[in-house]
Amino acid sequence: MIPINYTLRNIVKHKITSTLTVLGVSLVVFVFAGSMMLSQGLKATLVATGSDENVVVIRKSSQTEVQSILNLEQAQLVSTTPEIARGGDGSPLFTNEIYVLISLDKRSDSSAANVVVRGVTPQSLALRPNIRIVEGRMWQNAGSEIIAGKSAAERFTGCGLGEKVRFGAREWTVVGIFDAQSSGFDSELWGDIDQMMDAFRRPVYSSLTFRMADTTQFTAMKARLENDRRLPVEVLREKEYYANQSRTITTFLGITGTVISLIFSLGAIVGAMITMYAAVANRTKEIGTLRALGFGRMSILFVFFMESVFISFAGGILGLGAAYFLRFVRVSTTNWDTFSEIAFNFAISPDIVFSALIFAVAMGMVGGFLPAVRAARLKIVDSLRAV
Amino acid sequence: MKVFRLIYKNAFRHKLRTFLTVLGLALAVMAFGLIRTFITAWYSGAEAAAPDRLVTRNAVSIIFTLPISYKEQILKIDGVKDVTYAAWFGGIYVDPKNFFPQYAVDQSNFFTLFPEFILPPEQFEEFKEERKAVIVGRRLADRFGWKIGDPITLIGTIYPGDWDFVIRGVYTGRDVNTDETAFIMRFDYLDEVMRRDSPGRAGQIGWYALKIDDPNRSAEIAKQVDARFKNSLAETLTETEKEFQLSFIQMSSAIILGLRIVSFLIIGVILLVLANTMAMTARERISEHAFMRTLGFRGYHLVGLILGESFFMAILGGLIGTALLAVVGNLVGIALSQFFPGFAPDTVAYLLCIGTALLVGLGASIFPIQRALRIKIVDGLRVVD
Amino acid sequence: MLEPAVQISSLYKSYYRDSLEIPVLRNINLEIPAGAFVALMGPSGSGKSTLLNLLAGIDQPTSGSLKVAGEEVSRLSERDLAKWRARHIGFIFQFYNLLPVLTAYENVELPLLLTHLSKKERKEHVETALSIVGLADRMKHYPRQLSGGQEQRVAIARAIVSDPSLILADEPTGDLDKQSAEDILHLLSRLNEEYGKTIIMVTHDPRAADKAKTIRHLDKGELT
Ligand SMILES: Nc1ncnc2c1ncn2[C@@H]1O[C@H](COP(=O)(O)OP(=O)(O)OP(=O)(O)O)[C@@H](O)[C@H]1O
Ligand SMILES: [Mg+2]
Repeated sequence: MIPINYTLRNIVKHKITSTLTVLGVSLVVFVFAGSMMLSQGLKATLVATGSDENVVVIRKSSQTEVQSILNLEQAQLVSTTPEIARGGDGSPLFTNEIYVLISLDKRSDSSAANVVVRGVTPQSLALRPNIRIVEGRMWQNAGSEIIAGKSAAERFTGCGLGEKVRFGAREWTVVGIFDAQSSGFDSELWGDIDQMMDAFRRPVYSSLTFRMADTTQFTAMKARLENDRRLPVEVLREKEYYANQSRTITTFLGITGTVISLIFSLGAIVGAMITMYAAVANRTKEIGTLRALGFGRMSILFVFFMESVFISFAGGILGLGAAYFLRFVRVSTTNWDTFSEIAFNFAISPDIVFSALIFAVAMGMVGGFLPAVRAARLKIVDSLRAV
Repeated sequence: MKVFRLIYKNAFRHKLRTFLTVLGLALAVMAFGLIRTFITAWYSGAEAAAPDRLVTRNAVSIIFTLPISYKEQILKIDGVKDVTYAAWFGGIYVDPKNFFPQYAVDQSNFFTLFPEFILPPEQFEEFKEERKAVIVGRRLADRFGWKIGDPITLIGTIYPGDWDFVIRGVYTGRDVNTDETAFIMRFDYLDEVMRRDSPGRAGQIGWYALKIDDPNRSAEIAKQVDARFKNSLAETLTETEKEFQLSFIQMSSAIILGLRIVSFLIIGVILLVLANTMAMTARERISEHAFMRTLGFRGYHLVGLILGESFFMAILGGLIGTALLAVVGNLVGIALSQFFPGFAPDTVAYLLCIGTALLVGLGASIFPIQRALRIKIVDGLRVVD
Repeated sequence: MLEPAVQISSLYKSYYRDSLEIPVLRNINLEIPAGAFVALMGPSGSGKSTLLNLLAGIDQPTSGSLKVAGEEVSRLSERDLAKWRARHIGFIFQFYNLLPVLTAYENVELPLLLTHLSKKERKEHVETALSIVGLADRMKHYPRQLSGGQEQRVAIARAIVSDPSLILADEPTGDLDKQSAEDILHLLSRLNEEYGKTIIMVTHDPRAADKAKTIRHLDKGELT
């Protein structure tokens, strides 16, 4: 085996060329990882929104709460489901909520975006134990007070603590800010259900949520409720319900990200090829010497192949390193599945790290293969004659 | 002339390397152009907007409806020539994946107000006569192989239930960027069912489209419309069609921003590829350049040679990339026509590609030029490796 | 009696350029006994390097037989040839051909990487080889930190480290000053006398040739 030092020191020796090639690969990996981290961030945020024990009920084929409409009798019927868990005070952990979108101006560029206003019951908070009021207080005068999720408060005009926002023909004061631990709820405004139904003149609910006492009963319960002729509903695990809402954007990002990364990678592959062909040309005599010493063609092939792989691996690490810092970047965009604005951070996962490095190495393999073959095919006598 | 010959000869001294460099540049330039085209296509809906149309929607947000009764009141406002309305149907055709836009419209004058949707007169008549009639865009019909007379069933998401329609017409777009993927049904069909099943939601439309007599008065007319419904149960927000479209596009601005950043990173890749080649060239030619200087060539001669070679490759790569963009861009346009009606590279995209290539040609030669000028003749002559 | 180190009979070698035959070696018959020190002389272009390359198995004869270290070289497959070369041949070049990114130690160690020796055994061998050429103190140096003569001594250490029976040297002193050349030739003589290596050395320098025990002349592809 030709020692690894030979490969590494040659990479270091040709500083400029290696650096430029590494940078090329790192840019591609950055874009690749970045697009995956964006999807991952949205997915993570939405998945965190749902809990495993909770169940969401919406109108059949309405897909999201925005379109869903359930009347009071239907809600009443669902609330009697025996599988519903009971809280400390013996009351069922069940809530009916109304969900509307209102158009508000962003603080950043005063463009408009849709914000979720959720009318909730006291049980709503019991069902989502990870939500805490971190500033201010809960509403006391439900008719004119609301609380805002942390990101909604930051991003929208009138949603900060003590600020006033107008919707539903009323003016509301934000009296509290809640932290929902980076879940989708952080981008919502919450108020009292009766007041919201009144303000928006909607005498119907959007969704019902309840906690199951025993989640293994889910499938049976779902079948029973959905087959009940009086209930045109769809019963979903809360986690699944929210996870589904990332589908359109993540599919879009997945396709666009992959296509762009692939086209993009051609540039980096060509860069690696140029570098490796030059390496072979510069070291023809060394190749001849190694062969004369008794190293076989495969050893030569391997050495140049590995050199390319190392360079691209370094590019992969660099690109990932840069992408890692995207974690601190907050993005807010309209979620195409719900039509509402949602804020989230880029998020990394072991999967992303793994695929990005594989991608980087693959670029090096593709770019290094032909030059390595050329190196291996050189005739010893000819290469020894090279200057 | 001699100089150009030398540049040309130099550029082809390493044929394979030059070929790869030009190839890399061409691919990256093409990718850059494709992303630009993608962004333009994203905005194409707004570009297609007519200047003499306003859109009136519920001030709370687009998901809130407006009473159908507003039509008569809007018509009375000075400057408004005609009013039509539409509602978003949002149904599912077999599978949620088969997404296409569906509007329930005022059959009497929707196609009159939107002349960019070209519909044969006899089909327009049938649409007006039959309650379940729908008109579909040409591309949409192609996508699912629909023919006139075909029955179609959609599952309602906003309007619950299964809905049966019959295709009675196929419209084509007047302009390149006219959306040919819409499914247009009659609002009164929906309303009839709603009146029966959930009377509370009957008589509610999504938005009004207003034809005005003078585009210059759009701001003033919009203000009048909104003032008319101030403090009513459903306050309105009126804006030009373009603003209306942009407000949708704006909602995904983060993604567009991402794409823009990526397109700049691509320039980075092009720069790196060319810079790499130029750095190798400079390294190999150190002694040659030193030798030329002993012959009396001056610094600027060398600058010219290096710059010339860099530009030569950049321009070649840029031109090939632009040609590729023309071919690939149009192919992608055809492939994406269902989702992105306006996808086609425009002049700006081509110019940007060439401009980028030139800039990269300049950028890549900076370092080699510096090096060629800085090195002392004696040192240059000594360098072998 | 020991088997001869090299046995060549009716060896021909031609190069072809566009169907044009360029005869380089013609009817070479040569027997070199084990333990010999042969200097191969002749004008430029006479085919000396070509003959040496054939002996090392890095080039193939057009016809004829070529037996080196008991093996019919032209019959070996490429893979076996590489193995055979690693075991039996030490090669010394005019321009040393050290790998610039490896230290003297690592350069000398290279041929041992083709053997099954352990790291510790390799270290012993490399140190021995380097001390034979008198460069035990320069192990950590890179080629560019050495003089030409020192570089050639490292190259010699590399040629002998795997203990080959035959050492082939193509103008080993061609690029050196007089003093360094003397050192190298002295070293080769020692290898021949003390360690019993068979050495075939191509050279233009009559003084260098004098150090050898036998001198053969090659002219226009024929031995004289
Ligand atoms: N690969 C090749 N293709 C064609 N001709 C070759 C090739 N290698 C060597 N020759 C020719 O073979 C002849 C002998 O070359 P060789 O290198 O053996 O000479 P030499 O005796 O070593 O000369 P010098 O003393 O200059 O090193 C020369 O005429 C050379 O041009
Ligand atoms: Mg020779």
